[in-house]
Amino acid sequence: MATIVLLVVIGVIVLWVIGAYNGLISLKNQVVNGWKQIDVQLKRRHDLIPNLVNTVKGAMDFERSTLDAVISARNRAVGASGVQQTARAEGELTQALGRLFALTEAYPDLKATGNVAQLQEELTSTENKIGFARQLYNDVATQYNTRQMQFPTNLVAGLAKASPAELWEIEDAAERSVPIVDLSANKRGA
Amino acid sequence: MSDDANLFAQQQSNRRRSRLLTIGFMLFFAWVGFGGDLALYLITADAPPDSYHHIIPFIGVFSVAAAGAICWYSWRHGAERVLWATGAWELIEPATPEQKQLVNVVEEMAIASGLPRPRVWVIADPDPNAFATGRDAASASIAVTEGLLAKLSRDELQAVVAHEMAHVRNLDVRLMTLLAGMVGAIALLSDGMGRVIGRGSRVTARRGGSGKGNPLGIVILVLWLLTLVVAPVVSRVLAMAVSRRREYLADATGAQLTRNPMALASALEKLAAATDPTKSITQGAAHLCIVDPAPGVLSAREGFLADFIASHPPIRQRIIRLRGMGYQQAKREAMETPA
Repeated sequence: MATIVLLVVIGVIVLWVIGAYNGLISLKNQVVNGWKQIDVQLKRRHDLIPNLVNTVKGAMDFERSTLDAVISARNRAVGASGVQQTARAEGELTQALGRLFALTEAYPDLKATGNVAQLQEELTSTENKIGFARQLYNDVATQYNTRQMQFPTNLVAGLAKASPAELWEIEDAAERSVPIVDLSANKRGA
Repeated sequence: MSDDANLFAQQQSNRRRSRLLTIGFMLFFAWVGFGGDLALYLITADAPPDSYHHIIPFIGVFSVAAAGAICWYSWRHGAERVLWATGAWELIEPATPEQKQLVNVVEEMAIASGLPRPRVWVIADPDPNAFATGRDAASASIAVTEGLLAKLSRDELQAVVAHEMAHVRNLDVRLMTLLAGMVGAIALLSDGMGRVIGRGSRVTARRGGSGKGNPLGIVILVLWLLTLVVAPVVSRVLAMAVSRRREYLADATGAQLTRNPMALASALEKLAAATDPTKSITQGAAHLCIVDPAPGVLSAREGFLADFIASHPPIRQRIIRLRGMGYQQAKREAMETPA
């Protein structure tokens, strides 16, 4: 009888360990996957910038310094590694691009030549995608970090080689916060 | 976490309602079929031995089989039929900047909601409108009119697409697409049966209606006719009620995806200002759209009934709620950012 109880207890523990381990691994993969999504968009952004610079170069020759700032920011962003360094470099690139686009407003001819408008649309979209992918990444990474620190999952964390994932922090104050959904209002109106 | 719980509850509710809807639809067709059989049986029971006696309930068997086929078809091909009915074409290779922007915005919202990218369709109609359809996130489609692309800014277009992605994520699309197929089938059935009965009653009248029919048979026949007359209206009201409730939630979820409730508010302003009906979208698919494709028709003709029948909550009300969300957001940001 006692052995049966013992076997059942061991069985339950083993099942729990397997479940907790698999849960952590799956979250870890989601974090990796989330970062890949960001990476794809960052690459696309880096590829678009030389095109943009080449297109506007001729018309904006005397805005050389702005163009150079964009190029060097882009090169730093390409060389960046690790979440924090990438986040900082990409933030600087966003600002440099913002200044460039602000300047192109002063060249109506440039905007009219389709190509620039098209590149601007592509870059805007890529930036939006980076933003949304970052949200998703941060959400999953937070979940992963919390899970591996919580008792009793933390006992398995070592086994799953889990270590805290870095979040992509942004200092940009203009970044929009998530609006709160008031569901009570939804129900009343239905 | 509570967002996840909300989402899960919403998806569960839509799955359950889809099942209930299918069961209700099958029961309705069973009643139409077997009720008709019963009425005919009772009425012909007292007829002279050599005349027709309705014994085999073939109407019931046929109508239940038809209902099963319709359910299966709505499940498998409902979304295709809805898109086909609106004359939408699939946008695969974007040709104009506007189309490119639409594809980009849909990709952005797919990332924001963490879902696979839905297929994108364009409807050749100058009135701005949009809808989503499909069985689940993997088979979803988002369709917008050309008018929407022309009239909305990038942020507004993003807000509308986010609203549609919210319908996809909440699984509203499943329930709505099934409803579209079934509402259409019931309207068709009621029409067809009306014609058959019209002919049938003329035949019995010619035979010299003695007026000595079985009273129970007559009662059932009257009830049966009544359901046939009422069913199309009831099914449409049901579709509208189901849709109205989901619009507020999709507005809120959409605003959460873009983090920009004001953009959806101003998009709705523009949609409300375009008072022409969306001609490409017929009544059968009205409940799928972001704004009623035939604005004003119901409210003008039926007064207070409009509240009951309208497929969408009053657009003013939706705009006010979104603005409220926007102000709350601005207030919180102002408090969080040190001066």
